[in-house]
Amino acid sequence: MPKGAASNLLFHNSDWNFETLSRTYDAIETIALDELHLDVYPNQLEIISSEQMLDAYSSVGMPLMYQHWSFGKRFVFEEHLYRKGRRGLAYELVINSNPCITYLMEENTMAMQALVTAHAAFGHNHFFKNNYLFQQWTDASAILSYMEFAKKYITKCEERYGTSEVEVILDSAHALMDQGVFRYRRPPRLSSEKERERARERLEYEEQTYSDLWRTLPPSSDGHDSKEAERDASERKKALNLPEENLLYFLEKTSLILEPWQRELLRIVRVIAQYFYPQRQTKVMNEGCATFVHYTIMNRLFDQGRISEGSMLEMLHSHSNVVFQPSFDDPRFPGINPYALGFAMMQDIQRVCTDPTSEDRDWFPEIAGSGRWRETLIDAWANHRDESFILQYLSPALIRKFRLFLLTDEAGDNYCEVASIHNERGYETIRTALARSYDVAANQSDIQVVDVDLLGDRHLRLQHNVKNGILLDEASRDATLRHVRHLWGYDVSLAGIDAETDDVLYECSTAPTSE
Amino acid sequence: MPNFIDRRLNPKDKSLGNRRRFLKRAREELKRTIKEQIKAGKIADVDAEHRVPMPERGVGEPSFQPSPGTGERQYVLPGNQEFTPGDRLPKPSARGGASGKGAGTGESEDDFQFVLSRDEVLDLFFEDLELPDMVKLNLKESVAFKPRRAGFATSGSPTNINVGRTMRNSYGRRIALRRPSRADVAAVADEIAKLEAESNASGAHHKRIEALREELDKLERRRRRIAYVDPVDIRFNRFEPQPLPNASAVMFCLMDVSASMGEREKDLAKRFFVLLHLFLKRRYKRIDIVFIRHTDEAGEVDENTFFYSKQSGGTVVSTAIEEMLRIIEERYPAREWNIYAAQASDGENSAGDSDLCVSLLHREVMRLCQYYAYVEIIDERETEIFGTTDNGTSLWRAYRTVDSEWSNFQMTRIARPSDIYPVFRKLFARQPTMQLRTERR
Repeated sequence: MPKGAASNLLFHNSDWNFETLSRTYDAIETIALDELHLDVYPNQLEIISSEQMLDAYSSVGMPLMYQHWSFGKRFVFEEHLYRKGRRGLAYELVINSNPCITYLMEENTMAMQALVTAHAAFGHNHFFKNNYLFQQWTDASAILSYMEFAKKYITKCEERYGTSEVEVILDSAHALMDQGVFRYRRPPRLSSEKERERARERLEYEEQTYSDLWRTLPPSSDGHDSKEAERDASERKKALNLPEENLLYFLEKTSLILEPWQRELLRIVRVIAQYFYPQRQTKVMNEGCATFVHYTIMNRLFDQGRISEGSMLEMLHSHSNVVFQPSFDDPRFPGINPYALGFAMMQDIQRVCTDPTSEDRDWFPEIAGSGRWRETLIDAWANHRDESFILQYLSPALIRKFRLFLLTDEAGDNYCEVASIHNERGYETIRTALARSYDVAANQSDIQVVDVDLLGDRHLRLQHNVKNGILLDEASRDATLRHVRHLWGYDVSLAGIDAETDDVLYECSTAPTSE
Repeated sequence: MPNFIDRRLNPKDKSLGNRRRFLKRAREELKRTIKEQIKAGKIADVDAEHRVPMPERGVGEPSFQPSPGTGERQYVLPGNQEFTPGDRLPKPSARGGASGKGAGTGESEDDFQFVLSRDEVLDLFFEDLELPDMVKLNLKESVAFKPRRAGFATSGSPTNINVGRTMRNSYGRRIALRRPSRADVAAVADEIAKLEAESNASGAHHKRIEALREELDKLERRRRRIAYVDPVDIRFNRFEPQPLPNASAVMFCLMDVSASMGEREKDLAKRFFVLLHLFLKRRYKRIDIVFIRHTDEAGEVDENTFFYSKQSGGTVVSTAIEEMLRIIEERYPAREWNIYAAQASDGENSAGDSDLCVSLLHREVMRLCQYYAYVEIIDERETEIFGTTDNGTSLWRAYRTVDSEWSNFQMTRIARPSDIYPVFRKLFARQPTMQLRTERR
């Protein structure tokens, strides 16, 4: 009965209004919760214009952000690309907060709005709420109020100390953002606003009542022998909790020249860096999860006869754009597309659970043929990050499908060598190598604070543990080091130590070379 | 039920403040780049649009980044068609081989450029020349205009009313609205008068007069209602500013390139010539620039050689003036060309030659030139000594005699960029009001 089927449709043409949005949302929600068993934060969907989308882009996707020229730079840059038609805007933007905020662009068609709702409001939302990294390392309910605090605080500092004073601190802090996260230690929870207020009052009180007269330095004793000096060094390292990988944290707590408000600025930058750290580790999974969810829900809606063939085709068109993976020799090749890889892996898990081959039974004895693909996926989404997810679930079938191969590249050699391809002997190697390439901690330069003598020359010593001989780009290294010096106030040096041989590969310092 | 919020009406431009901050920061960098472009480019190029690459130094955001050219890496790539393990592929470029990761995020920023308009370039260029704003505006005004008749307009001043066109409109309107003409009214009035004169007292006669009176009344009212000339009819002559056809000018740049003219001196000279060029460009449609440099002999050269060649030697200033005269004779007849000359020198000249220069100027050059400016570039330390007194180099002392005799000769000394503009203004202030002002200072 065609008439009945037509009336069952959620929407008929590409225009949208709030009523249609809401009706479609409800239909999607039913499938997401009842059939996929997703578990989500309450949703808040906000309609914005393309210009506002550009704004949101340039302030790293946060609805509230303090002012800084680098966001203006990003805006100018993005807008330029957008106006020239080099880059489209994302259809959606979603914020890991409680309630979960999803931006819908007003220019989208209704079919796109449905797709975005399923993708962001359920896929990403579920992932944010359930993945262990997000659960442990971010605080979705506090982030928005924290950002509000940060914005207000920085504005207040600008009023009080001048824009340029604030700017130089933020510039330096931004340069160290990558070195401003705890990778292995859980950061303290964001305290509630009231507590923060109290802590700040205490700081201000201390600032006002501080008197240098009360300082009593122990008189330095002469005649150290080397053993004693060594013991001293290890003592003071212990006292400062060295080595420390979180440079910003170290500077915030230890720098002798920073005013309390400057420390607070470092803390703000650090908290934001930390908040985004899980996102960087779960790109494949997060996008894969969202894409898988929207794909499944859209197909389900189509099966139920609730969206028309035309709309379905439109959605499939953008879906296949999103999961398109060009080959390495294609001029469009930008690297492995996290949407494509994540989506393919999750579909693959579904296939292994429901329709395994004998190879799959060898590789995945626990899930092959179990039929419980929903549970398997929900479990994977909750308990993995990209690296471990790929290590556990990338199947030979998928390696063949993507025709993955492994290249080794040695500096100085004019040729790359093909180490493994998609065959029996290569599967393991490729899988391990691919997983490792998604390990953010392993791929980022490992730079730590190793020593400083606060009572002596206060020379801050950093150490770069060089892995596989990958050094730092010199120009940006020196520029960044100057930023460290700016925050530290005294000379800073950086030594590159080979992680395996302990050889010193290079040394640089902000001190004048005569020393 | 989800929570929908319509944010479209929220205040826009949330990042406007950020963009302002960025542009403020970028400005310093742009200024530097413009300076460099002008220094390296041609004089005539100053007065044009400029493309400036996205500034890097002032607005760079460094961080610790792995260097692409070092170490061992592994890449997993999709789309293998023919490779088997052990195959060796040539690296496509120095940047980290066939990597997806080596293609850094910043690469595309290279082709992002600011396009600065003429005015913006001039603003940046003039910034440390310390121009008073009024004059800066004056300099940027591109051409002089003369009004030219160009059709009609519905608004304008009473002196410009075009009577013919206005009356034609009025006539058309009167016809269209059927305004009774004076003849019509007169005809009816005549008939009434005639009938009244007959003094026939029949009822039909009275009725006829009655009807005619009514008719006359209607016509009168119509005439009153519909004006003879209505404001909508009025047309004014319209004038359009037309660029003034202007003559050609040639500008002679004479520079001493003896060893004492170093980087600083040449840069100052160049800035002076640039300013002169901008100034003349405003007055003349076409200007030629002739570069003559001299050591102990002079020659015409192109701009590049003029400013950047390292050739050096002794100094005989008169050779340059002779060369200039030769070129004027050959290519720029004074009847057709307005001739300007600017001479930059540090004032050193070989003994006895200064007198020759002066006599050349007296006899020939000053008759041909609209204007001859002599700029002496001196050391910053010397400003204190020479700035006020009349003693100085041999050339300076010799030129004093020319200065007193010819009103179109000017001479002055500069030591740093900020001197250039005031000096320039002094040299070229020819209107009497301006003259007064400069004298009083």
